Amino acid sequence: MKWAVLQFPGSCDERDAVRACERSGGEARLHWHEDRDLGDADAVVVPGGFSYGDYLRAGAIARFSPAMEAVAELAAAGGPVLGICNGFQVLCEADLLPGALLRNESLRFLCRQVELIEADGPIPADIERFSAHRPLSIPVKHGEGRYWAPEEMLDRLEANGQVAYRYVPGQNPNGSARDIAGVTNEAGNVLGLMPHPEHAVDPLEGSTDGLRVFERMARLARVAA
Amino acid sequence: MTVEVAKHRELGLTDAEFDLIVEKLGREPNDVELAMFSLLWSEHCAYKHSRKLLRRLPTEGERVVMGPGENAGAVDIGNGHAVAFKVESHNHPSAVEPFEGAATGVGGILRDVFALGARPIAILDSLRFGELDSERSRFLLDGAVRGIGHYGNSIGVPTVGGEIYFEAPYEHNCLVNAMCVGLARTEEMVRAAAAGVGNAVVLMGASTGRDGIGGASVLASAELGDGDEAKRPTVQIGDPFEESKVLECCLELLGRGLLVSLQDLGAAGLTSSAGEMASAGGVGIDLDVTKVPLREADMEPFEIMVSESQERMLAVVEPAKVAEVVAVCEKWQTGAAEIGVVTDSGQVRVLRDGEVVGEMPVEALVDGCPLYDLEPAEPAGWIYGNEDVLSERVAAAAGPSADPTDPTSVLLALLASPSVASKRWAFEQYDSIVGSRTARRPEAADAAVLAIPEASGAIAVSIDGNGRRVACDPYAGTVEAVLECAQNLACVGAEPLGLTNCLNFGNPEKPAPAWQLDQAVSGLADACGALGVPVVGGNVSLYNEGPEGPIYPTPVVGMVGELPDPGGAAPSGFAREGDAIALVGPFSPALAGSELAKLRGVLEAGLPRSDITAVAAACAAVREAVREGKLSSAHDVSDGGLAVALAECAIASGAADASAPGRESAGGLGCRIDVSPFTVRGRTTDEALFGEGPGGFVVSGDPAALRALAGPSVRVLPLGEVVAGGRFELTAGETSIDVSVAELAAAWRSLGDRLD
Repeated sequence: MKWAVLQFPGSCDERDAVRACERSGGEARLHWHEDRDLGDADAVVVPGGFSYGDYLRAGAIARFSPAMEAVAELAAAGGPVLGICNGFQVLCEADLLPGALLRNESLRFLCRQVELIEADGPIPADIERFSAHRPLSIPVKHGEGRYWAPEEMLDRLEANGQVAYRYVPGQNPNGSARDIAGVTNEAGNVLGLMPHPEHAVDPLEGSTDGLRVFERMARLARVAA
Repeated sequence: MTVEVAKHRELGLTDAEFDLIVEKLGREPNDVELAMFSLLWSEHCAYKHSRKLLRRLPTEGERVVMGPGENAGAVDIGNGHAVAFKVESHNHPSAVEPFEGAATGVGGILRDVFALGARPIAILDSLRFGELDSERSRFLLDGAVRGIGHYGNSIGVPTVGGEIYFEAPYEHNCLVNAMCVGLARTEEMVRAAAAGVGNAVVLMGASTGRDGIGGASVLASAELGDGDEAKRPTVQIGDPFEESKVLECCLELLGRGLLVSLQDLGAAGLTSSAGEMASAGGVGIDLDVTKVPLREADMEPFEIMVSESQERMLAVVEPAKVAEVVAVCEKWQTGAAEIGVVTDSGQVRVLRDGEVVGEMPVEALVDGCPLYDLEPAEPAGWIYGNEDVLSERVAAAAGPSADPTDPTSVLLALLASPSVASKRWAFEQYDSIVGSRTARRPEAADAAVLAIPEASGAIAVSIDGNGRRVACDPYAGTVEAVLECAQNLACVGAEPLGLTNCLNFGNPEKPAPAWQLDQAVSGLADACGALGVPVVGGNVSLYNEGPEGPIYPTPVVGMVGELPDPGGAAPSGFAREGDAIALVGPFSPALAGSELAKLRGVLEAGLPRSDITAVAAACAAVREAVREGKLSSAHDVSDGGLAVALAECAIASGAADASAPGRESAGGLGCRIDVSPFTVRGRTTDEALFGEGPGGFVVSGDPAALRALAGPSVRVLPLGEVVAGGRFELTAGETSIDVSVAELAAAWRSLGDRLD
């Protein structure tokens, strides 16, 4: 499993993502945004940070980089693409994922450990079914992480099983619609989430649950291969 | 002539200083030269009222890699690596425009650190505002916290610690001190000295505009007062995205060995960078202002030379490497312009289109400013205000019918006191984890802990300085600030390596602030000397006064230490039912200068003196026990005294659950305490519960391990045990406290509700 972690001017968590890919058992390297050729990468991380200073709109400029063209091709071919935080914003701007990320309800940046429910199927009305799974403890840190999509799109995402992660009820840190923390594309190979799994891969960080997110993508790569 | 006189005074120079400039130049300075002299001869740049005092500080040590005089200090952490760090103030800009003032304060201290070739890995902040019930204080707090977060979060450097105090004397003149810690390979570090006659001088980063003109002289080196609104244009505007590119660019340039030297542009812009680089290298520099990329076309040479536009760096480059340097800057989409050359003239020459518009000897410009002796005089008694607010604070924290003499009510009021209460509201606005080094997040332990796998270990960092106690006794209070840092490091098992400081004081030309400064520097020198911790850098911020008078004298101390294992750092909070609890160290509580004395409005001059050696011995005992994994928790006794420290340990007990560090206290643990060992020794209950002073640690663990901490010079007093059930039960002679930990936690966490 070979990961390419994109690096834009203003990326912040790209080295952390490389480390996390390696902790999950893969190989990883930084990939400069101007380089159109992803080489032998099986999967891509679009990392967190403030690409292009978040000027204009978070992710709005980074989506036009040459590397993002290659990412779109990889995604279309079923290759795993993981967008974290700013990377999630970039993937939404690039129309590789549905919806948009708005400013937090509090209008403040928030850095906090939260718990997520991994929800890779239609969400039933009662949450009981999911409490069978232990929630993932993963930090969020963002100022623009309030997931938003039109109601009918949200219904469709849930029906299609595209809601990948939700905040445990009561822990929604930003006012996201229906507690959504992460979504996939229809095919399921492109995943974006606001929480930072790359900051939950070492006992020193208080949690290793983030590895499950990377492993989920690695499983997709094996399926695609 | 009268016009000229008015002009130099306007720029902050005295008549005598102006005459000295004329003497050194052999003629009157022109406008360009006068502007440059006025900045480099300002208090902010020349340290003219503090430099003589600072000579008292111990700066040598076998681990010191770089000491005072460089962009930042640095200490060796082994395996070819060094940690660079420095704290700096951005007080007056923040008092005028808190968001940009605080943001550019962070930007400036980051540049100081990466100018050495160190990658910034942590930011800490020390903030002071007026009381929270003042609208101005809430405005300044909100802006400063958002500004710090904006800059640090965007550039991807974690903010891992800090402190905030609210005291009336900071009402007009808030303090915003930012500290940065960086990691470097020692052999790749560079000094800020220009060298090599004929080498090119390259200006990198952002273009130059009219922002921040006169910031160092007009804003930083004078008291605040009426008309501060008009000074808003002297505040710089930050762009963390630009800095992020400049940072990566500079580290790549240094990693590839393309630079001879590097210096950031901070206060006084090009003037001070070029002047200081030339002075340090014993050379001259020619700068052509027509080659400086500008934001506005019609800028005058003096404006270009003194602009404090942010996110700029000045490098000396061998001519053959200039093209490669420019190419790296282009890759990072940041500016690079060859604007000058290193000469052997000993002069800083400013040219426009080849014509000389300013020419000054480096020696006169950089080192020629006269240094002044202070005229200190100890004020008679307490020169600050007093206000009894205990009843209203108790009513707010414990309910309208609560009795302000009841210790439970007092404890709740102290926990809710804004200076004592949890600062989660602030630190959750900061990214504390980017970089994957943060092993102990804010409030998890007494010091921030950062993993350094490059040197097979970790560092711990703490920043402290209680201005109120320094106001009571500038010498003893400053000693305490150093001791508190050392104690915080001991709690996580770290041994101090070096110290940086920011001395925030009032007008040094007045006798009382001069006396405070003089005493504080002596206290700093004595404490550092006794602990064997070298002072490797620092910053002085004077003229912190508003119309009501000076701020509390506030030496802010930042300390860096090392520990072998980041995972071994003890948490602050109780961790295990059945653990014994003990008080370790020469803690001798008194109400003088305490939070309770403040709430009662009975502050007065004077603090008990502390026994530095005994505190050092207690630090060593706690540090070793933590390293050996023998303690379940360790927390120093600080603001609010022993009862508050114990309450904090109980509140934090839930956070020790590593599987869910963000979860609220599960409420499982509490404690049963008897502080009679204090009260029977003749102390009042108030003193035993809420008295303050240095040297105390609250530790928990196996009873035998706690007993083993005792030594010839280390006192250990058993206090009680950690119990299940979430109750906080404390006996002090006839008095007792029995309250749920949840209620204590609600008071301690009440700050956010009062701010949002």
